[in-house]
Amino acid sequence: MTAGVPRLVEVRQNVLKRNDLLARALRERFARAGVYVVSLVSSPGAGKTALLEQLLTVLRGRYRVAALVGDLATDNDAERLARSQAPVKQITTGTVCHLDAEMVERALEDWDLAGLDLLFIENVGNLVCPASYDLGESLRCVLMSVTEGEDKPRKYPTIFHGSDLAVLTKIDLAAAVEFDRGAAEASIQAVRPGMPVVTASARRPDGTAALLAFLEARLVEARPSAS
Amino acid sequence: MHELSVAVSLVELAWGEGERLGGRVSAVHIRLGALSGVEKDALRFSYEVACQDTPLAGSELRIEDVPLLVYCPTCAVDRVLDSAQFLSCGICGTPTPEVRAGRELELVALELES
Repeated sequence: MTAGVPRLVEVRQNVLKRNDLLARALRERFARAGVYVVSLVSSPGAGKTALLEQLLTVLRGRYRVAALVGDLATDNDAERLARSQAPVKQITTGTVCHLDAEMVERALEDWDLAGLDLLFIENVGNLVCPASYDLGESLRCVLMSVTEGEDKPRKYPTIFHGSDLAVLTKIDLAAAVEFDRGAAEASIQAVRPGMPVVTASARRPDGTAALLAFLEARLVEARPSAS
Repeated sequence: MHELSVAVSLVELAWGEGERLGGRVSAVHIRLGALSGVEKDALRFSYEVACQDTPLAGSELRIEDVPLLVYCPTCAVDRVLDSAQFLSCGICGTPTPEVRAGRELELVALELES
């Protein structure tokens, strides 16, 4: 070989291979333990924690539920969620703008997954960065509050495209902010044709009924023996 | 900005492959999809930062853009889309949920100097 002339060697690998492998291992572990894992992504302030608090409170009577909650700093969210009496663990990411599979794995180290039916993972509030990181979840829910503007999906197509369910939150405020549900749905369907959409309000006692029905149907599908 | 995390993963991966193959890595070739969620300029900047104090310092990052390719069930062909904002066929307007390419965030090749 002539010195100084570089050789080109094909290596074909996903850049986030390490995360993908960890996520795959997590997914297999979740399946073995029979736990259905739901992650929540949204912009900051869309209402992930409020929604999760209500979900945990309602579901706790029927299922063994728990939650991991990611934030850059503070464990305020974990404290809020702990009011539901469900097991909750905070993942503080420091400066990192997203959760990754390794953080989830580490957070679950001392947990007995076989003792759970449902595990929620609340991602850091961010509609960009979490899109690239598989956490091994069974279902990714993207939340969008009615105060955010109906065209949010078109501004952040990657995360909407990579999600399995869209939840329109703070629906109790829809009239006050003149929320156009048709336009929001059209925006969601434009970036992710066929995406199921439900509405939710964490301020009304039955505000999460549609979401609960969706999750329970998926749970039954995933584990036919559990129902 | 998660491009720095992505760049660190890329440098670690290329570093490891470079050591395995033998030789100094002078360039890293990647494919970047329009729907990868990674912004090209931010990745270029982050790559330089991530290379500092590693054997890849000074190496070049070569990015091949991968356009968004979807399947149109009505036309029964693959179509390239200019934007991820409307996943529908540019000719007939049918929604196109099936993405054939465009999610790539892939290390493709290394240029190695012996």
